[in-house]
Amino acid sequence: MNSARRIDPVILLALPAVLYLAVVYGVPLIVLLGRSVMVGGMPSLSPFISFLSDPFSWTVIWNTVRIAVLVTLVCLFIGYPTALALARAGGVAQALILVAIILPLSVGVVVKAFAWQIVLRRDGVVSQFMTGLGLWSEPQRLLFTEAGLVIGAANVFVPFMILPIYSVLKLVDPRLGEAAATLGASPLYRFFKVALPLSLPGIVTGIAFVFSMAASMYVIPNLLIGDRFQTLATLTGRSFLFMRNEQLGSTTAVVLLVLTVAVVVGSAALSKRLGGAS
Amino acid sequence: MTAIERIASAVVWALAAFTVVFLLTPLVVTVLVSFGSSTVFTLPAPSWSLRWYQALGRSRELWPVVWASVQLAALSTAVALVLGTLCAIGLLRSQFKARDAIVTFLVSPLMLPGLVIGIAMLETFRAAGLRDVWASLILAHVVITLPYVVRTVYAALSLFDFTLIDAARTLGLPYPKAVMKVLVPALAPAFLTSGMFAFLASMDNYPISIFFTNAWTKTLPIQMLQYVEESPDPTIAAISALLILLAAAVLVIGDRLVGLRRMADL
Repeated sequence: MNSARRIDPVILLALPAVLYLAVVYGVPLIVLLGRSVMVGGMPSLSPFISFLSDPFSWTVIWNTVRIAVLVTLVCLFIGYPTALALARAGGVAQALILVAIILPLSVGVVVKAFAWQIVLRRDGVVSQFMTGLGLWSEPQRLLFTEAGLVIGAANVFVPFMILPIYSVLKLVDPRLGEAAATLGASPLYRFFKVALPLSLPGIVTGIAFVFSMAASMYVIPNLLIGDRFQTLATLTGRSFLFMRNEQLGSTTAVVLLVLTVAVVVGSAALSKRLGGAS
Repeated sequence: MTAIERIASAVVWALAAFTVVFLLTPLVVTVLVSFGSSTVFTLPAPSWSLRWYQALGRSRELWPVVWASVQLAALSTAVALVLGTLCAIGLLRSQFKARDAIVTFLVSPLMLPGLVIGIAMLETFRAAGLRDVWASLILAHVVITLPYVVRTVYAALSLFDFTLIDAARTLGLPYPKAVMKVLVPALAPAFLTSGMFAFLASMDNYPISIFFTNAWTKTLPIQMLQYVEESPDPTIAAISALLILLAAAVLVIGDRLVGLRRMADL
């Protein structure tokens, strides 16, 4: 009885999947990490020291972080109101917003990045629209600029900001706002003291998702900004696929891995604490 | 409503409307370009035509790639559904202490950079002497599809009342039949949504597949990116429009069977 309680045989059902991922995914990642601190069979940090002492590397790291932060801010700015509207909407409006989120999620990133190549050209829709409104005096090309990259990436990742915020907001009791109003709280006070704190766990999760995906994106910068602009992910890909410089590629891969794991783990802890507090 | 509330509400709805248009823009543009006659993606198109769909129909190299991607996605999704469901049941039914940590590990491939996962697998597969393209692709794609199944089925199971199975058995059903009549219908929506998203994720994967494909065996996104980079013409828009149609079909089926709101429970 005692031993049966210690190891419930039903856990064996989980074994195939866990073993599978451990062997095919866990072990390779550990080997990658291990090999990145080994040079010629000896433990050494020299690949990282030489990588981090190269000014070009810092340009690449700065590019990665800057673009990821900008994409995250854009997604938060348009994603939060959309999540709010989705939580409040009913009927057709709700269905329309849901379709606008789920349909693009089901379409591949190559398709969307290709479409943004067309939209962001000098004679593309954005340029026609802005000159038509008189906001731009002449047609401009956003393709192969950082602004174009941020627009395209925000488009691909904004559902991952909206959905976590929505999943928290839809659980918030609407009577809380009414109660605060009855007690004399102004609309702004109610937003900052009631609605926003309650939705913080969703915001933190959304930021972590979007930031880590924007920091790791490969196809989108390839199509929307090109080779001149390198991020950790594009440099990792190029090192392996074109330059055959696997040493450099492994180093950048590990830097990127550490960056995204830190963001994901940090945000999970933060969102747990925020969730527990509310 | 006070004036401030009205303004705030107008701003929220305006931004939401903007986001809806923004999200749908690439899909609408792709479909419009695919029906245009222009070779250089001019919008609005000078005239409408089906020439890019005809070109697509004549393409000799594209259809084998589409078929390969569909097979790969179907196979890796099927494996993930079996492994993932057993795993979710095992984890949820046992009172194992570290099960949250295990679930996090199982879902983590969704959050880590695909390129890094691909490189790590490439090195390990090579060291293990695995050089077969198909075997490598299938092994790698189950890592892509499994997290979707584990996440959704685990969430659905945690809401399932397992005493219902005991109740069915008390009423005289043998155990396998009780599972089929009670547990399987309760999990059907989770199978459906996770299966669809897993299938689409496999069909769409670029950063992991790129390390395991070669000149002879390619998956669809890799072939498409190559077209976009080497010879961009609206044939790409035509195949993209067909993929958008596939996504729309998936959405309609999902809505009928599960409902849009449950599909959004990511």
